[in-house]
Amino acid sequence: MAKNCHNDYKMKFSLDEEFPDLSLHNNHMAKVLNKDIYTKLRGKSTPSGFTLDDCIQTGVDNPGHPFIMTVGCVAGDEESYEVFKELFDPIISDRHGGYKATDKHLTDLNWENLKGGDDLDPNYVLSSRVRTGRSIKGFTLPPHNSRGERRTVEKLSIEALKSLDGEFKGKYYPLKDMSDKEQEQLIADHFLFDKPVSPLLLAAGMARDWPDARGIYHNDNKTFLVWVNEEDHLRVISMQKGGNMKEVFKRFCVGLQKIEDVFKKHNHGFMWNEHLGYVLTCPSNLGTGLRGGVHVKLPKLSTHAKFEEILTRLRLQKRGTGGVDTASVGGVFDISNADRLGSSEVKQVQMVVDGVKLMVEMEKKLEKGEAIDGMIPAQK
Amino acid sequence: MASSFVRVLSSKRKMGILSLVGAGSLTVGFFLNREHVNAGSNVRRIYPASAEYPDLRKHNNCMASHLTPAIYAKLCDKATPNGYTLDEAIQTGVDNPGHPFIKTVGMVAGDEESYGVFADLFNPVIKERHNGYDPCNMKHPTDLDYSKIRGGLFDEKYVLSSRVRTGRSIRGLSLPPACTRAERREVERVVIDALAGLKGDLAGKYYSLTIMTDQEQQQLIDDHFLFDKPVSPLLTCAGMARDWPDARGIWHNNEKTFLVWVNEEDHTRVISMEKGGNMKRVFERFCKGLLEVERLIKERGWEFMWNENLGYILTCPSNLGTGLRAGVHVNLPRLSKDARFSKILDHLRLQKRGTGGVDTAAVGSTFDISNLDRLGQSEVQLVQTVIDGVNYLIECEKKLEKGQDIKIPAPPISQFK
Repeated sequence: MAKNCHNDYKMKFSLDEEFPDLSLHNNHMAKVLNKDIYTKLRGKSTPSGFTLDDCIQTGVDNPGHPFIMTVGCVAGDEESYEVFKELFDPIISDRHGGYKATDKHLTDLNWENLKGGDDLDPNYVLSSRVRTGRSIKGFTLPPHNSRGERRTVEKLSIEALKSLDGEFKGKYYPLKDMSDKEQEQLIADHFLFDKPVSPLLLAAGMARDWPDARGIYHNDNKTFLVWVNEEDHLRVISMQKGGNMKEVFKRFCVGLQKIEDVFKKHNHGFMWNEHLGYVLTCPSNLGTGLRGGVHVKLPKLSTHAKFEEILTRLRLQKRGTGGVDTASVGGVFDISNADRLGSSEVKQVQMVVDGVKLMVEMEKKLEKGEAIDGMIPAQK
Repeated sequence: MASSFVRVLSSKRKMGILSLVGAGSLTVGFFLNREHVNAGSNVRRIYPASAEYPDLRKHNNCMASHLTPAIYAKLCDKATPNGYTLDEAIQTGVDNPGHPFIKTVGMVAGDEESYGVFADLFNPVIKERHNGYDPCNMKHPTDLDYSKIRGGLFDEKYVLSSRVRTGRSIRGLSLPPACTRAERREVERVVIDALAGLKGDLAGKYYSLTIMTDQEQQQLIDDHFLFDKPVSPLLTCAGMARDWPDARGIWHNNEKTFLVWVNEEDHTRVISMEKGGNMKRVFERFCKGLLEVERLIKERGWEFMWNENLGYILTCPSNLGTGLRAGVHVNLPRLSKDARFSKILDHLRLQKRGTGGVDTAAVGSTFDISNLDRLGQSEVQLVQTVIDGVNYLIECEKKLEKGQDIKIPAPPISQFK
């Protein structure tokens, strides 16, 4: 076990001296953390030496926004969720619709269980995409990992990705040795990720040593993409133009399985447990870590008074076409599942498929000047 | 109310009663005598040093120039008594490769002991940054005797304002890259308690960043006193902006000529300034203020971090020694366009900056001119250098006004090589 001398030193100061000032804060961590929890957990550290203060630093440094509730804490390793459960469990419950410490999460990556999803109207649905994250068991996470660990994760990832064949065959581009030409192409394809600028990520230490051991893999068809060592060990993305979400999801599931098989051979499978599902850096991505979505044209529906309510009932969320924290352009929205934990991948993608199908029908009705009141669904 | 620091420091050091800080109560203090605890490493040594050694091939900073794999291997398992590690000290330099033209330092100290525990890296970095000064065998002179200054009243046709700044660290508390919230709050308490004891033209008021009113904030912005959360990645990557704005604040005297920043890049930054060219008075106030603050903290059992090799200990190695930057805003319309300007400055051991401070451009022909050096010469020597140098620049400007030619002064003797 790693001895965290700095935390031992810190323990000599009193609770009141060390407790953060959260009076102006609005994030899940600030709502949950009180002096009792802090007292109980401040002396602990995970086997790799990650502490409570390490978990919460990003939430202390980023007070949040009155309208947008950020999480305000991260995990430094798999054990964080257990060692600091008194902090994480209530946050997980708040963030994931009342998910209890005793609940079990179902994982279902059998793409065949998805019904339909291959016929979303391409006149409205411009593109379809599914992403998730994966953490490699036995390594600490981006807020905490050392250069040696990060490089080993990259090395194992490259091995796994190089083994891919068929439609998954492709190439890995390490960020640090990328040529200008490669960089331009990746930017043009909208694949390149850059050093994080969000203070939420920076304050959690995820940009350390950039761009060491970071890189991007994509298949020759440009429909399967893997980010290595950005906010999570791996981010896996399947995407294509048009509305065939079933094909996107199939590629997603098959690709993930192939990658996982290689990691398992090295006794470094993905971090997963039956309570939290896939374990990722941010508690908001626990469970499936899945965001399945489409870019869909809904100019009329999006201005309808009931739009927000419809989304809520369908358990969907909207974003601008630039992704998180962007605005919509020309009535085109990014619509995706709101849930991550407590329902399976298949179920979440099914909700997107069914929900988007319904919304496209509503859009068509509104185009014809007809009312949609009868179509508004019950809360799912 | 008794701070837990009483218990903390008594258990940590061999000393008697320490300060009760807050609400003006004070006790006798003793010289702090640190035990060097054998701190174990808090680094997870799963990987050998070679697997952890940073990739510095594209880097241009002092740390990258001197961190060999051998030095890394020697130091990567070590930690200061508080648990600060090499990786933490160099993180800012790893994350910020630098600029081909501007060589940054690329590392910081997390506490006083960092300079000792990681001396194998700090010493060559200090040597490079401070013109060959060798901490192993050289002594740094400290001299705050302002009566030694000769001249120092500039021609106000050219000099618009005069300013002297330095930093001071409170011994026994970790530095901004590593301090805990408790330590930072203690720095704030110790400092404002001392500042509350200043009298006469030094009497003033403290404005905490956390509870400042909008009106106070606006006034401080108008006075150009307010400092903001650091945005420079050099500072943020070193962890200096953590917990902002907790325990940060600004103190200034009623006359607005003496200013102290609390818990920004250093424990304290102390600034004396005035409009006009009376550098002599600015330096006098600077010295009086510093010495008085030092006396007040000593009364309460604290002292500044200082040793005879490195002088005043600050977060960034570039500020060791005096930590002093004495400068003027000076208008030099003709000289600044002369091709010899840079060389003249160089020989005078001066540097130019824009009037917004470091990394800004000049506005019109007004420049911020200040001393280049920090370590190896005393405060009096450096301020004298600025006075003599700025006078020389003004003479050059006057000559050029009259159509006369100017001379580049002889280069100074290389001090430490």
